[in-house]
Amino acid sequence: MRRTPLYEEHVRLGGKMVEFAGWEMPVQYSGVVAEHVAVRERVGLFDVSHMGEIWVTGASAEVCLEQLTCNRVAALYDGKAQYSALLNDTGGVIDDIIVYRFSSERYLLCVNASNADRDYEWLVSRNTTDAVITNASADYGQIAVQGPRAIELLAPLVRTTDLTQVKSFHFIETELLNTKVIIARTGYTGEDGVEIFIPSARTVDVWRLLLEHGAPYEVVPCGLGARDSLRLEAALPLHGHELSPDISALESGLGWIVKFDKGDFIGRAALLAERERGIARKLVGLVLTDAGIARQDDGVAAVGSGESIGVVTSGTKTPTVQKALAMALVNTEHSSVDTKVACVVRGRTIGSVVVPLPFYRRAR
Amino acid sequence: MEFPESYKYTKDHEWVRIEGDVAVVGITEFAQSELGDLVFVDLPKVGTAVKQHGTMCVVESTKAASDVYSPLTGTVSSVNEALSADPGLINRTPYADGWIVKLTGASAAEVEGLMSAAEYKKLLGK
Repeated sequence: MRRTPLYEEHVRLGGKMVEFAGWEMPVQYSGVVAEHVAVRERVGLFDVSHMGEIWVTGASAEVCLEQLTCNRVAALYDGKAQYSALLNDTGGVIDDIIVYRFSSERYLLCVNASNADRDYEWLVSRNTTDAVITNASADYGQIAVQGPRAIELLAPLVRTTDLTQVKSFHFIETELLNTKVIIARTGYTGEDGVEIFIPSARTVDVWRLLLEHGAPYEVVPCGLGARDSLRLEAALPLHGHELSPDISALESGLGWIVKFDKGDFIGRAALLAERERGIARKLVGLVLTDAGIARQDDGVAAVGSGESIGVVTSGTKTPTVQKALAMALVNTEHSSVDTKVACVVRGRTIGSVVVPLPFYRRAR
Repeated sequence: MEFPESYKYTKDHEWVRIEGDVAVVGITEFAQSELGDLVFVDLPKVGTAVKQHGTMCVVESTKAASDVYSPLTGTVSSVNEALSADPGLINRTPYADGWIVKLTGASAAEVEGLMSAAEYKKLLGK
C-alpha cells in the first residue's frame, strides 16, 4: 500500500488508517461527525496527497486538452481552474478532473488517486499533438483547507497575494515557509476553502504550520469519512460511485461541462447521439422518508409495481442535513422532483422521494 | 477501555447482561470505537426468534452498515426504542443506555459458554 508524505502525522494524531484506492489513508481522527461539523462551522484540514497531478505542456497544450477533455479549455486564462472530465469513446467518464491554466503552454491536471496512472497512460496514448504529458503525482503533496474560516486562517500566511481576492476556481503560485506552493480556491466539501499543492518533501511542514496557526480557529484534521459525508451533502459526484466508464457523462449530470460546440473531443459523437435519442437514466437526489439508510448498489424500485428503476450510487445519514440521503441513477421517467420511489435495502423497501440537488448549499 | 466484570462477551464483540430470565444484549466499547459514530440502528421486531451467532440487527455509521450477531438463541422480548432517535447512545454508554435488545428463552448452557470479561480482554490483547 502507498503512503502519503503525511502518513506519520496521521498516526501521531490518532488517525484511524484504512486502505483507499491503494493508499493507506486516515478515515477519521476524532470522529466523522465532529470532523464534518468542524468543516461546516469552522475549518478542517484534509490530506489529499493521494490525488494525482499531470502536466500538459508545449505550444499545442491547449489543442491537446480540447481533444482529451470535455469542457472548454479556451475559456480558461492564466490563474483560472476548471472542472472537467476525461471521457471514453462511448461518452462514459474515465475520470473527473480539475484543469489549471498556468500559461497558454502550461496546464496542470488534478486527477483522482485511483486513476492517476491509468489517466496518464490514457492521455499519452490518445494525444495526437506534440504536447508533452508528464505524470508529476509523486512530486506533490496536497492539503485541503476547508470551511468558512479557511481563508481567514490561511491569508496571513500568504505574503505575496491577498488571498481573500482569489476567487472561487482561481489559483495563485506563492510561497509558504519559503517553499513554492500552488493555492487553489477549490474543494470537495461544499464549503469555502483552498487546496494547496506542496512539494512532497515540505508537505509535513505546511501541515504542521496550518495546524499551529489554525489553533485559534479550532482547526481539526479530517479523514476520508467526513470528506465523503461532506461531498454527499454538496452532491459532488465521486468516481466509482456517480461517475464511471459505464455511466455516460449526460446520465451522471455532467452535461454542464460537456461543450458540444467547441469542436471534436473524445466522447462527443456518442454523447451527441445519446442526446438525440434521449437520455435513458438520470442521477437524482433521494431523501429517505422511512427509517433506514440506502447505500451504493442498493436497488431503487417504483412504488406500487415494485419494478426496478435504478440503483443507489452513494448514500448515508449525514451530520448537517441529518437525514438519510442518497444519490441514485434512475430511469428518466422516474427522475422528476417529488416522485415517490422505494430504496431496496437488505430485501426491504424504504419509502423515498426525489429531491433537488444539492442537499446542502452554504450561505454566501 | 472498560469491560464490566459481571457481563458475558462474544468474539464478535457483543455483551450480555443476565437479569433473571432476561438477557440484555449490546455491543462492547471496543466494537463501538471500531465502528465510529453510529447514525442508525435497524432494530428487530419484538417477537423475532434469533439464533446464536445469527444476524440480530444492523448498526450503521456514516461509512458502513455492520451486522450485530445474537450472542444467544432466544426471542426478542424488547428493543431499545431510544436508539431510533439517538443511535449515539451506543457510542456514549455502550453498557448502559446503549443496550440494543432483551432476549428471553436463552439456555443456561449457552450463557455459560460465553466469554468472561477476562477472556474477552485477552482476545483483544488488552
